[in-house]
Amino acid sequence: MKLKSLLVACAIAALSAGAAQAQVSVKIGVLNDRSGLYADISGEGSVIAARMAAEDFKAKEKGINVEIVSADHQNKPDVGSNIARQWYDNEGVDVIMDVPTSSVALAVNQITKDKNKIFINSGAASSDLTGPQCTPNTVHWTYDTVMLANGTGGAMVKAGGDTWFFLTADYAFGHALERDTTAVVVKNGGKVLGSVKTPFPGQDFSSFLLQAQASKAKVIGLANAGGDTINSIKQAGEFGITQAGQKLAGLLVFSSDVKALGLQTAQGLVLTESFYWDLNDQTREFSKRFAARNNGKMPTMVQAGVYAGLLHYLKAVEATKSKDTATIMAKMKEMPTDDPLFGKGTIRVDGRKMHDAYLFEVKKPSESKGEWDLYKLISTIPAEQAFRPLDQGNCPLVKKS
Amino acid sequence: MADGAVAASDVGATEFALRERRDTGALHRAIFIGLAGLLLVAPFLAYPVFLMKVLCFALFALAFNLLLGYGGLLSFGHAAYFGMASYVSAYTAKHWGMTPELAILLGVAVAALLGTAFGALAIRRQGIYFAMITLALAQMVYFFSLQTPRFTGGEDGIQAVPRGKLFGLLSLADDRILYYVVAAIFFGGLLLIYRIIHSPFGQVCKAIRDNEPRAISLGYRANQYKLAVFVLSASLAGLAGATKAIVFQLASLTDVHWTMSGEVVLMTLVGGMGTVFGPIAGALVIVAMQNYLAHLGAWVTIIQGVIFVVCVLVFREGIVGVIAKRVKQPL
Repeated sequence: MKLKSLLVACAIAALSAGAAQAQVSVKIGVLNDRSGLYADISGEGSVIAARMAAEDFKAKEKGINVEIVSADHQNKPDVGSNIARQWYDNEGVDVIMDVPTSSVALAVNQITKDKNKIFINSGAASSDLTGPQCTPNTVHWTYDTVMLANGTGGAMVKAGGDTWFFLTADYAFGHALERDTTAVVVKNGGKVLGSVKTPFPGQDFSSFLLQAQASKAKVIGLANAGGDTINSIKQAGEFGITQAGQKLAGLLVFSSDVKALGLQTAQGLVLTESFYWDLNDQTREFSKRFAARNNGKMPTMVQAGVYAGLLHYLKAVEATKSKDTATIMAKMKEMPTDDPLFGKGTIRVDGRKMHDAYLFEVKKPSESKGEWDLYKLISTIPAEQAFRPLDQGNCPLVKKS
Repeated sequence: MADGAVAASDVGATEFALRERRDTGALHRAIFIGLAGLLLVAPFLAYPVFLMKVLCFALFALAFNLLLGYGGLLSFGHAAYFGMASYVSAYTAKHWGMTPELAILLGVAVAALLGTAFGALAIRRQGIYFAMITLALAQMVYFFSLQTPRFTGGEDGIQAVPRGKLFGLLSLADDRILYYVVAAIFFGGLLLIYRIIHSPFGQVCKAIRDNEPRAISLGYRANQYKLAVFVLSASLAGLAGATKAIVFQLASLTDVHWTMSGEVVLMTLVGGMGTVFGPIAGALVIVAMQNYLAHLGAWVTIIQGVIFVVCVLVFREGIVGVIAKRVKQPL
């Protein structure tokens, strides 16, 4: 009797010790815009994507307890930075994900470094995150401005669009997009015939569009974002610019924007993304499950990036059985990435996630077979050509190694 | 006989008024002491960074209320002074290696200069025209900030501003220590505003607010008073902005955008326009909503709107205004 109870006690102790060892709890904070301009590309969809990543990874069965919290940074850096600090300091958040809007992303980037946690960015465009402002704690997953310029600029020229005219939003971001894309166009043997600066934010683009039309350039590059892009595409549609033979190239357009504009307006627009729901069987399978939970809306590349990023993080947690920042970051960069949405890839020392990018053209309404049948693939841009080479980003981490 | 009765009742009235004023003074002193105590223990009850944000916005709203509530001038461009000061303080702290107190003072100086220039132009008109001139000038500041990425960092803002060491000695990296510095700045600002309101200068401002032609006929140079209160308000708004830049270690376009001017109007109205303590309550309510309702997503802005509508419809005097009515004392 005594022996039996002793044995039972030992067994229970052993079991509970075993369970305690396998049990790792991680808390993920999805911080993005849930009410404004970027709510459609990130927003609640990113939270759904994060939950799906935890479920698909079967985290519970593997002894990893994943808790997901979310918040709206309202595109204000001070709100975002306040939430990030509070999450790290008080609520035990280990990883912050998504964070569109460059100013907020750069703020969270800095705080994450100070607090030595992990930041997996999917929503922001700024290539500074893996450039001058790179930190050992940040992974930039989905895309950046360099990729957009390389994709749309380079691939367009190769596809025959060798003369360009830019419609540039008159502020630093617009200027940077124009400058980067011009460099790529010229490098690939194209020519820039001219550009016009449009007031930011702008409502009426008609005179600028007529100027672009008169330039007879084969491609009109839209170096703008958000509402400016939407307005300029709409007005270009009214002028019938793409039907007349000129191509419209969006330098920062997402599938949710195209969906909102409708094929009638957006047809013929050329753009670069690193994910599209209808790429292959795996993306289709994921996207159908995703859409069922997101009011029928297909995932954007930003939401896909949240899914893939969290999946990779969880793999690193499983492999190292720890959530120590340095250990996990080392593992995430050492281990090649492989997920159903972006395929095989790597994470560079500067935090840049490497994967292929795709140049798409928006279908004509007559070509579309369904509500979400938006793009046709023009070309695939290999990761090395899509992203900025490691030694050109001025990332301090690269010089050291 | 009749004369004597009148004189007696007059004396009675004066005495009554004096006693009332003493009561109000005692009440205010009690509130100040209570507030100081609250500021001391607050970081042990709530998250310091959140509290610092509340204090910065409360100071901003107090500065705005000085102009609107006591000067009767509705400026719709206070984000310009708030934002520009935060840029200056962030820039000098980051690129010139200034200590935080110098960076903040420089920010205040720039806000004061800007306030003098803009105020001198704007006070020439009244009412809606005044508001529109301040808005237009503030929009110029916004576009200046947007178009000079070398100074402001464009839409990325100035990031990674060092918190530095106060007077080159005391490191502000710890949130608690920084909190007490911010609380001291806030309390100093509040005392200054209280003093301004209750000084002869403040009395004249109130007289001008209530009836400008009469104040002029009494021999006061209304425009000089208006300009002075405008500059004071702009400088204090600058103090709030400059401090905020050090707290959050960033300065961005949000701070100079016109929505920031709108937000401060909202805070002042919700808290109670023309009350000393109202803007503090208003700032607390609005910032707490932004912060604690953040997980509700799109609902934040809707709730903010509903609260504003309810506030305007049900208690137009604002939170503190209603309380002041209840206790029959100006707060």
